[in-house]
Amino acid sequence: MDFGLSQDQQLFQDTIRRWIEAECPTSRVRAIMESDTGHDPGLWRALATLGLTGLLVPPAYGGAGLDLLDAALAAEQLGAGAVPAPYLGSTMAVLALLASGDSEEHRRWLPAIASGELVATVALAEAQDVWDADRIRTRAEGPTLVGEKTLVPCGDVAELLIVAAQDEAGPGLWLVERGAPGLAAERLRAMDMTRPVATVRFERTPALKIAAGREAIDRIRDAGLVLLAADAYGGCRRCLDMTVRYVLTREQFGQVIGAFQGVKHQLADLVTEVEPSLSLWWYAAHAWDHMPADAARHAALAKAYCCDLYDRTTRVCTELHGGIGFTWEYDLHLWFRRAIFDRAYLGGSEHHRARAAALAGW
Amino acid sequence: MNLSWSPEYEQFREEVRTFLAAEWTDADRAAGPEPEGLAAFTGASVRVDERATAFRLKAIARGYLYRHVPRRWGGGEQPPDPLKATIIAEEFKRARAPFEIMGQGPSMLVPTLLEHGTDEQKERFIRGTLLGHIRWCQGYSEPNAGSDLASLRTRAELDGDHWVVNGHKIWTSNATDADWMFALVRTEPERPKHEGISYLLIDMKTPGIEVRPLRQMTGDADFNEVFFDNVRVPAGNIVGARGQGWQVSRSTLKHERALIGSAALQRRTFDGVLLMAQALERDGRRVVDDPVIRDRLVQVETRLVASELHGHRLLTMSQRGEDPGLAGLVTKLFGTQLGYDLGKLAMDVSGGGGMLAPGEPCAPAMGMFGLAYMWSLGVLIAGGTANIQRNIIAERGLGLPRDARR
Repeated sequence: MDFGLSQDQQLFQDTIRRWIEAECPTSRVRAIMESDTGHDPGLWRALATLGLTGLLVPPAYGGAGLDLLDAALAAEQLGAGAVPAPYLGSTMAVLALLASGDSEEHRRWLPAIASGELVATVALAEAQDVWDADRIRTRAEGPTLVGEKTLVPCGDVAELLIVAAQDEAGPGLWLVERGAPGLAAERLRAMDMTRPVATVRFERTPALKIAAGREAIDRIRDAGLVLLAADAYGGCRRCLDMTVRYVLTREQFGQVIGAFQGVKHQLADLVTEVEPSLSLWWYAAHAWDHMPADAARHAALAKAYCCDLYDRTTRVCTELHGGIGFTWEYDLHLWFRRAIFDRAYLGGSEHHRARAAALAGW
Repeated sequence: MNLSWSPEYEQFREEVRTFLAAEWTDADRAAGPEPEGLAAFTGASVRVDERATAFRLKAIARGYLYRHVPRRWGGGEQPPDPLKATIIAEEFKRARAPFEIMGQGPSMLVPTLLEHGTDEQKERFIRGTLLGHIRWCQGYSEPNAGSDLASLRTRAELDGDHWVVNGHKIWTSNATDADWMFALVRTEPERPKHEGISYLLIDMKTPGIEVRPLRQMTGDADFNEVFFDNVRVPAGNIVGARGQGWQVSRSTLKHERALIGSAALQRRTFDGVLLMAQALERDGRRVVDDPVIRDRLVQVETRLVASELHGHRLLTMSQRGEDPGLAGLVTKLFGTQLGYDLGKLAMDVSGGGGMLAPGEPCAPAMGMFGLAYMWSLGVLIAGGTANIQRNIIAERGLGLPRDARR
């Protein structure tokens, strides 16, 4: 009975944190997010060297073969650093490939993903805020796809797309390669500039079906929910750290503003919610790995709660900074914007709470 | 992370079960129930008959109860092992067997005596307190000393070999049943407020003590006021040195904060609210199918799950010997806020029936949720109000400055 991290996991998190501090400060985050593609292959290869691109890839294909919990621990650190990397889409794509059980495709793609050579992503959403597998309109016509996906993370730079679509048998997952005929991707201007998204169109685009049934889609969606919750938690902690440091130095009315009860109580209320939220995504990740009966519901609960809290935390932290917090130069809005991504991507909080109620059979 | 029990602990659980099967029989269970909920928390009606006492003595001898208390003073004296403690609590609860006496004597006074008491005080009080034979109340709050407890004014002056106590305590649970009170009194009025306080043990049968029940907003009287009129307390009943009472009392308040806000109780309440939402109909559909109520139910349940899991995390930290830090400081505020939202949700699920008073037969759940709703305010205030908790979290947890005026 041990609800905590192993020494290896703690060391792993420390390593990532120190690497981000040294190699990806917010000056680099800004340079990447303001670049043409919003993606830096050099950063991605460096994260591959740290092992982040292959955490879930089996050792036989050059990865570490770890659990979703480990991937979520990395997501927490990337969230804390507002790191502009296609980690979320890539990790979900790896899980989709693994779910396919197609060893030829494993051999073909997993080593390249693990080494950081190529970026993979998942295309789940469609217009009108469609996230659920049953509502997908993109259709398979023979060995091709027809339709349009949107809000695809790094959809315009990814070399490999895992696409949720339908055929006569129902929903499933298809694999599409960059450069395939009839494939067009268009980057969208997004609130979160550190994780660009694109619309991707398929006009009889050659595609390979790798998994059938909504369960395959739901399973990677659930993993994504856990990763978003972990990212949100990491962002909350970072914003709180920044804000505590700020209120300990900013003086008004002849004292540091951190001595005012109004300020202290706002921060105390936030940490009182943020601190226990850690256990929600830890457990959701552990359940995804080892307790399938609990996995879907706890992923939904963790996502909704942690992402709501992320929104509240970034708002209050900005408010406590006063005018400086509202400037472009001050970094807080990087996390404020990431909170918007985390809340909306894969469906909003109300959607997941409604799912959680249904999953419990209420 | 591993949420299963290792063979060592599974074996320990078997030992506890075997002990309970042999020593606490169906006949014992039938003879009288162990109290639950608020009654168990305040220790108001814990079973302390001969059979329960004989059982507790055997359980103590096995090292199952009062594990932090040395055998010399009547405890089980075991090396700290939060997992074993959890197993024991689970199995005793399952068997509905007498457990450690709850309430302020064992939870607050005993740790204080162990840390600051003389051997004579330990010998005299601890064993009887652990068995429920000596019942205690806490004399801290006063009408003008609530959150600012250190401004208390009940005075004790040394007259020969006795302290003479005069003053007025309030919000005293169990004062009508208690044999003794542990109290904070002002003995050095000329010193700064924190340095002039002493910790006294007062026999409630001493002449000059008057206990008046205090009726709270629920209509019941679970608290009291206690008046002291020239109450003579033997000089040896001071714990720690003169003027050291504030420090002496610190460990116990910390202990109480860990006690209030239990997730298990809130889980039972939530399950009840959910059942009610599934059973009641409104506007032609089940209340649980109202999307707003449904969303609120999940929101409250999420925080309840977080509270339960957070407890597991603290347990693991404690097992590993890690300092919980901020994670420990937030538990009371998180739990009491959750309790308040849970109580409010229960009222809204009750609908018009929520207007009816506790005990009214045609109210949903006999109106018990209204009582729980009122009590959710009680625990928000007791043991340090929510705003005091926020100060503690900000100052000790986040390192923000103390208010200059304190």
